[in-house]
Amino acid sequence: MSIFIDNGTKLIVQGITGRDGSFHAKQMMEYGTQVVAGVTPGKGGQMFEGTVPIFDTVYDAVQATGANTSVIYVPPMFAADAMMEAAAAGVKLVVCITEGVPVLDMTKVYPYVKEHGARLIGPNCPGLITPGQSKVGIIPGRICTPGHVGVVSRSGTLTYEIVNQLTKAGIGQSSCVGIGGDPINGTNFIDCLAAFEADPQTKAVAMMGEIGGTDEQEAAAFIKAHMTKPVVGFIAGQTAPPGRRMGHAGAIISGSEGTAAEKIEAFLAAGMGVAKRPVDFVDLIKARLA
Amino acid sequence: MNLHEYQAKELLRAAGVPIPPGEIATTPEQAEAIAQRYGVAVMVKAQVHAGGRGKAGGVKFCPTPEAAKEKATAILGMTIKDLTVEKVLVTVAADIGSEAYVGIIVDRATKKPVFMVSAAGGIDIEEVAAKTPELILYHPVDTRYGLLSFEAMRMGFFLFKDVKLARQAAKIMQQLYTAFMNAGCSLAEINPLVLTPTGELIAVDGKMVIDDNELDRRPEIAALRDESSEAPSEVDARNSNLTFIKLDGNVGCVVNGAGLAMATMDLVKYYGGDPANFLDIGGSSNPEKVVNALRIITSDPNVKCILFNIFGGITRTDDVANGIVTATKANPLKVPIVIRLTGTNEEIAVKILQDNGFSASNDMDAAVQRAVELATTGGAA
Repeated sequence: MSIFIDNGTKLIVQGITGRDGSFHAKQMMEYGTQVVAGVTPGKGGQMFEGTVPIFDTVYDAVQATGANTSVIYVPPMFAADAMMEAAAAGVKLVVCITEGVPVLDMTKVYPYVKEHGARLIGPNCPGLITPGQSKVGIIPGRICTPGHVGVVSRSGTLTYEIVNQLTKAGIGQSSCVGIGGDPINGTNFIDCLAAFEADPQTKAVAMMGEIGGTDEQEAAAFIKAHMTKPVVGFIAGQTAPPGRRMGHAGAIISGSEGTAAEKIEAFLAAGMGVAKRPVDFVDLIKARLA
Repeated sequence: MNLHEYQAKELLRAAGVPIPPGEIATTPEQAEAIAQRYGVAVMVKAQVHAGGRGKAGGVKFCPTPEAAKEKATAILGMTIKDLTVEKVLVTVAADIGSEAYVGIIVDRATKKPVFMVSAAGGIDIEEVAAKTPELILYHPVDTRYGLLSFEAMRMGFFLFKDVKLARQAAKIMQQLYTAFMNAGCSLAEINPLVLTPTGELIAVDGKMVIDDNELDRRPEIAALRDESSEAPSEVDARNSNLTFIKLDGNVGCVVNGAGLAMATMDLVKYYGGDPANFLDIGGSSNPEKVVNALRIITSDPNVKCILFNIFGGITRTDDVANGIVTATKANPLKVPIVIRLTGTNEEIAVKILQDNGFSASNDMDAAVQRAVELATTGGAA
């Protein structure tokens, strides 16, 4: 078991002929993901790497292949349309890797995708992976190994750092989900936590948050009220100054809201383990799996 | 990106919001001439990207052109929160009956722009929200439909019982919403929205923050960026496609990815050091970015040690290694460097670095500890 993706995932790559799309499509195929179609308007009828058919529209791709998932690598100004196109075509899981999508675009995309019954992950995220089964996005496959820890994070490379340390310590993962660093994203911590709680393979959860907003505090309240599985949390940005956007559009302390201290306090109040450093995840998770 | 008050007011005025006449002056003489032309009392207001301008003495009432000259002399060149005032807005002073607040902010919880309106205007809205939340009406807007007339009227009536004033206010809400959407804002506010003794509503101060992700498709808004009001190193970094924020410490950090960059800064602090900056070289591999990053970091005289922390996913660590070698050949380093890299092409990267006299670690904690130590001892250890 796993969450959101597994070996039944049939994937479309939107923007498959672009620089990032083609590179990562190959990486996903090498990992074993079933990449069933690519979409690039105007290149319908061609083949990618001689094996994957390219279509002009997501609709055509879904009709022809029965794909259930789509991953988006198109430039930021086209990403909103791409997400809505995927949802309208009947794709049930839409993963948007693109960084730099205007937040006002997301105020339209979010309700649209929801009304079409699809789940959106991202934008501005590394995607997700179920080790040994399927990878959708850009998380390096070789740092993951199958196991029982669910990983959910707002970051990219910080997640790789922690997953790598877990793997090196012999701790495998059920699924790893990067939900992205933007202020409006399709899937939040609580969505992932609820899925991990329901997933029989997952025995513990590692959660990496950041400064900005109140998602981590709400997640902590959810954990306290609804989760039986242990959760270990970390917050990046403890040294960040207020009022400055720390790279991610969502990582900004505004007024007194969104500081690392208040998030860590919420974690402690929910009875969670708190990793002070990334390396602390190893021992904290080990103790909870024992 | 923050806009100056005068820039925000121009965008609001273009959307129809009633705003008192005003012009920019960069010298006291200009301020005097503008006040002379208006022939009425004016306000002289410092144009800097900082809150609390009034408290800092950057906003003054001037009954005469001579007073405008005198106040402009005092305000031009003063510093407010480390920023030097280069420009003042000279604007017709309004007669104030009462003050309201009207703002829109993109809200993460509702995933919509949310209006905040309050009859308790003129002061910090965060203070009102904390002390008297019942005085604020929050109203989320579905951007697919825009601000509907009845929604604007509901907010108008929240501010004014009189239907004429409520209508006037509702019209201003529509205009503010239009300006907010057209400029690609993450925040726009009118504070105060003044009711004059003669029953007119006018916007006396305006603020806008633009979503940086909007700038590519709004060149006319991007052109409003005032580089003279930003730290030169941050301007340099942005022009090199790096995300850089200067801090006060002495460990210069170069990291790939925002989350890992924050975690690296935190770890520097954890081991007793102080980060000199946040710097994210981003996902794609490019030796040129590393060269630019090193130039920006080494231009900070506070930096006593440079720390690289690279987790190679998309980023190829050999590209980073090549960047370090190229940059340091052109400009030899005057401070010690600690390099931690792991991931894609790690073996090649380590070889490149060793062949050029650098050592590299693949352990994040060990590297950070070493960098903190070197920054403290100045490389003597």
